[in-house]
Amino acid sequence: MPPVERHKPSRAPRTPMPEREAAERARDFDEVALGYDEEQARAEAERCLQCKNPTCIAGCPVNIDIKSFIGHIIDGDYADGVAVLKERNALPAVCGRVCPQEEQCEVACVLARKGEPVAIGRLERFLGDHDLACEIEHRCRPTVGADTGRSVAVVGSGPAGLACAGELRRLGHAVTVYESLHALGGVLTYGIPEFRLPKAIVRSEIEMLAEMGVRFETDAVIGATYTVDELMDDLGHDAVFVANGAGLPVFMGIPGENLNGVYSANEFLTRVNLMRAYEFPSADTPVWRGRKVAVVGGGNVAMDSARTALRLGAQEVFLVYRRSEDEMPARREEVHHARDEGVQFKMLCSPQEILGRDGWVTGLVATRMELGEPDESGRRSPVCVMGSEFTIDCDTVIMAIGTRANPLLSASTPDLELSRRGYIVADENGTTSKPGVFAGGDIVTGSATVILAMGAGKKAARAIDRWLDERAR
Amino acid sequence: MFEIVHKRRLSDAVFEMGVTAPAVARKVRAGQFLMLRVDEAGERIPLTFSDWSAEEGWVRFVFMRVGKTTHKLSHLEVGDALADLVGPLGVPTHTESLGRVAVVGGGVGAAVAYPVARAMAESGADVTVILGARTKDLLVLEDEFRALGLRELIVTTDDGSAGRKDLVTAPLKELCDAAAIDHAFAVGPAIMMKFCAETTRPYSIPTTVSLNPIMVDGTGMCGACRVSVGGETRFGCVDGPDFDGHAVDFEELMSRQRVYTDDERLADAEYTRECSCRP
Ligand SMILES: Cc1cc2nc3c(=O)[nH]c(=O)nc-3n(C[C@H](O)[C@H](O)[C@H](O)COP(=O)(O)OP(=O)(O)OC[C@H]3O[C@@H](n4cnc5c(N)ncnc54)[C@H](O)[C@@H]3O)c2cc1C
Ligand SMILES: Cc1cc2nc3c(=O)[nH]c(=O)nc-3n(C[C@H](O)[C@H](O)[C@H](O)COP(=O)(O)OP(=O)(O)OC[C@H]3O[C@@H](n4cnc5c(N)ncnc54)[C@H](O)[C@@H]3O)c2cc1C
Ligand code: SF4
Ligand code: SF4
Ligand code: FES
Repeated sequence: MPPVERHKPSRAPRTPMPEREAAERARDFDEVALGYDEEQARAEAERCLQCKNPTCIAGCPVNIDIKSFIGHIIDGDYADGVAVLKERNALPAVCGRVCPQEEQCEVACVLARKGEPVAIGRLERFLGDHDLACEIEHRCRPTVGADTGRSVAVVGSGPAGLACAGELRRLGHAVTVYESLHALGGVLTYGIPEFRLPKAIVRSEIEMLAEMGVRFETDAVIGATYTVDELMDDLGHDAVFVANGAGLPVFMGIPGENLNGVYSANEFLTRVNLMRAYEFPSADTPVWRGRKVAVVGGGNVAMDSARTALRLGAQEVFLVYRRSEDEMPARREEVHHARDEGVQFKMLCSPQEILGRDGWVTGLVATRMELGEPDESGRRSPVCVMGSEFTIDCDTVIMAIGTRANPLLSASTPDLELSRRGYIVADENGTTSKPGVFAGGDIVTGSATVILAMGAGKKAARAIDRWLDERAR
Repeated sequence: MFEIVHKRRLSDAVFEMGVTAPAVARKVRAGQFLMLRVDEAGERIPLTFSDWSAEEGWVRFVFMRVGKTTHKLSHLEVGDALADLVGPLGVPTHTESLGRVAVVGGGVGAAVAYPVARAMAESGADVTVILGARTKDLLVLEDEFRALGLRELIVTTDDGSAGRKDLVTAPLKELCDAAAIDHAFAVGPAIMMKFCAETTRPYSIPTTVSLNPIMVDGTGMCGACRVSVGGETRFGCVDGPDFDGHAVDFEELMSRQRVYTDDERLADAEYTRECSCRP
C-alpha cells in the first residue's frame, strides 16, 4: 500500500530533539536525548519529500524502506510504520539511538544536499519507542515460521547474534543463543552507557525475541563450557552462528600501564554498565572514581568513557587523541554532547608514559603531534613534534584505543580459518571454512557498528537456512 | 539452576561448597577456576575448583570469608542457588610427567593445591605436599591430602599449633638442598608465592605459581587481571592463572590487589550491619 500520494512536504527546518541540560545530565545516568513527541515526529516526517526515487534507502546498511515508514508517521499509522522497520531491523529503538545516521541513511537523503536531511534516525527511534511502550501482546511481533525441526546455535547475544536469532525464528528454525556473560545484549549492555541507550530498551527487545521462541543460555562460554563441535555433536544443533564480537582490549604498551588507576575502556564501562558500579555499594562491584581522568582515544568508546567518568563525579576529564577533532571516528552528536558536558579535548597529543607514585597514577606524559600527509585511509597521519612533551595531571587513565578478536573460541576450533589478526574469515553471507559454521559482526569485520553487525546476522540467517536445505537434499 | 548441594565449614572463616553445574563439571581440569555471582546485585568473583564429579554433575570450591561476596556466599545453605556460575576458565595446570614435585599450598590455597596434587599423583609423579597456615584452625583438607598417596605431607603453622612451627619456605628449602625435587608448584597469598619463588630460584628449580589478580569477566574481555611476567603484560584469566614464578612481578600484583581495599571494607561493613542477625 503506497502511503500518502497527496503529501505536501513542509519546508520547516529540521526539528530539534529535546535534550536534558548539560549541567543537569552530566551528573546522572539517565538518558540525555529525550526523543520526539507525536507532534514533533509528525512535523519532522512532514519534511520528507516522499521521493519517487528515495536515495535514502541505499544509505541504510540493511535497506530499511525509509520512505514508507516515514509515510506511515505522516499518516499516523504507527503500527504499520513499526512493521516496516521490523521487516529489516529487529531493534529499531536501539538503532534509532546509536546508528551513525549522519554517515549512512541521512547523508543519502536528497535534502542533505541542501544541508538539512530528514532526521531519519530520530523518527526511527520514535516508532521504536512507540512499539516498546505498548503491552507486549500489542507490540509488533514478527511471524514465526512453521517448525522446520532444525536447530541452530548462536554464539553471543550482541546485535549480530540477536538479529540472526530473530531471523532464524522467522524461518521456523529452533534457536538457542549461548552467552558467556550473565546478561544478554553484548556491547549494547556492557559497553554503551545507560545515558545513551537505556538498558530497559535492550531488555524489552530481547523479551520479544524470547516471546518468538528464541532460547537463551547465559553463563555459557563457547570454547570453555562447550566447544563449537560439541554444540553440533552433543547438543544437537545442525548449524552454528558465531557472533562473539571483538572484545579483547588493546593497551598501548607504554610504561606505567599497569599502575592502579589505569583501565581499559572495556573494564571501566563493564564495571559501570554491566555490574552497575555507579550504584555501589548497593550493587557489589566497585569502580575507582578518579577526580582527574584522562581518556585516550577518539571513537565512540572514548566518548562514552569520558562522559561516564564525569557522571561518576570526576572534576576534570581530558580526552587525549593523536589526530585532530575532524579525524575523530566518534559520532558528531556524541562529540558535541561530550564537549557540552565539560569534557576537555586535548587534540594532537600522543601518550608516551603514565607516571605513578606508590603504585597509583599521578599523570600522563604526552607529546604534541602535527598532521602530516594523508595515509592509506585518507586521514592525515600525525607526526611527533620534537621536544614537545608535557604532563597532564590525573589520577586515572582510560585506554580506549580499540579492541581485537578474543582467541578463546577460535583456539578451541582449530579448523576455523582466521585472518592474520585473529578474526574469523567469512564471506558476505557469513560462510566460514568449517561446514555448518557461520560467523558475522565484529568478529569478522573488526569493531564496526550495531547496524552492520545486525545486517551480517540477518544475512547469515538466510545463508544458514539455505545451507540446511541443501544439506537435507 | 546452580543449586547448592553441599556445604561444609572447614574452619571459622573457610567453607567448602558444592553446586550443581553438569555442563561445567564435564569439563573441569585441575588448576581451572570458575566465576560466580551470588545474586542479582552481586559481584563476579573467581574461585578455583577444588573437586568435581562429571557423573553426578557437581563442582566444589573452597572459599575464605574475606569480604562482602564471600560473606554473602557463606550465608547460603544447601537448597539455595547461586545466580551464576561460569566455567571452567583458565589454562589447566600442567600436571603430566613432572618427576619429583613439591606442591605448596598456603591458607585456602590448599584447596587449589588439592586437585593439582591429585592430578600429579595420578599421572605418576612423586609428590611432596607442603601445607601452611597461620594457625591450626586455618588448615584445610589435610585428610583429603593424606588419602592421595603422597611421598610426604608436611604441615607448617606460623604459631606451631599444628605441624612444624615454620613458614612453608623452610621445608621447601630443605627439599631444594636435598636435591629432592625437580619442580615446584605454589599457590596461596601473593607474598607466600613470591617467597616460594625466591626460595627455589638459586637452585633453578622451575616453579609454577597460580596467581590471583582481581578479575571481572574471567574471559579476556576487560584486562583487570593483567600481570607482568618476564616484562610482558599477560591476562591472568586466559593466559594463566599459572605462570613462571621466577618471572612474575609480585610487587605489582600485590599493589593491584589493593585497588579497591577501601571500597571493599565499606561494602562489607555495610553488609555486616544489615545482616547482623546472622553472624
Ligand atoms: C563503548 C562502545 C560504544 C559503541 N557505540 C556505538 C554506537 O554509538 N553506534 C554503533 O553503531 N556502534 C557502536 N559501537 C560498536 C557496536 O557496539 C559493535 O560494533 C557491535 O555491538 C558488534 O556486535 P556483535 O554482535 O558483533 O558483537 P558484541 O556486541 O560484542 O557481542 C558479542 C557477544 O558475544 C559474547 N561472547 C564473546 N565470546 C563468547 C564466547 N566464547 N561464548 C559465548 N559468548 C561469547 C559477548 O559476551 C557478547 O555478549 C560501540 C562499541 C562500544 C564498545
Ligand atoms: C584465579 C583465582 C582463583 C581464586 N581461587 C580462590 C579460592 O579457591 N578460594 C578463595 O577463597 N579465594 C580464591 N580467590 C580469591 C577470591 O576471588 C577473592 O577472595 C574474592 O574475590 C573476595 O571477594 P569478596 O567480595 O568476598 O572480598 P573483597 O572484600 O571484595 O576482597 C577481599 C580480597 O579479595 C580480592 N578480590 C576482590 N574481588 C576480587 C575479584 N573480583 N577477583 C579477584 N580477587 C578479588 C581483593 O584483592 C581483596 O584482597 C581466587 C582468585 C583468583 C583470581
Ligand atoms: S537502521 Fe540506521 S542507517 Fe538504517 S535507517 Fe535506521 S538509523 Fe538509518
Ligand atoms: S531521500 Fe529524504 S526526502 Fe527522500 S524519501 Fe528519503 S528521507 Fe524522504
Ligand atoms: S578478568 Fe577480564 S580479562 Fe581477565
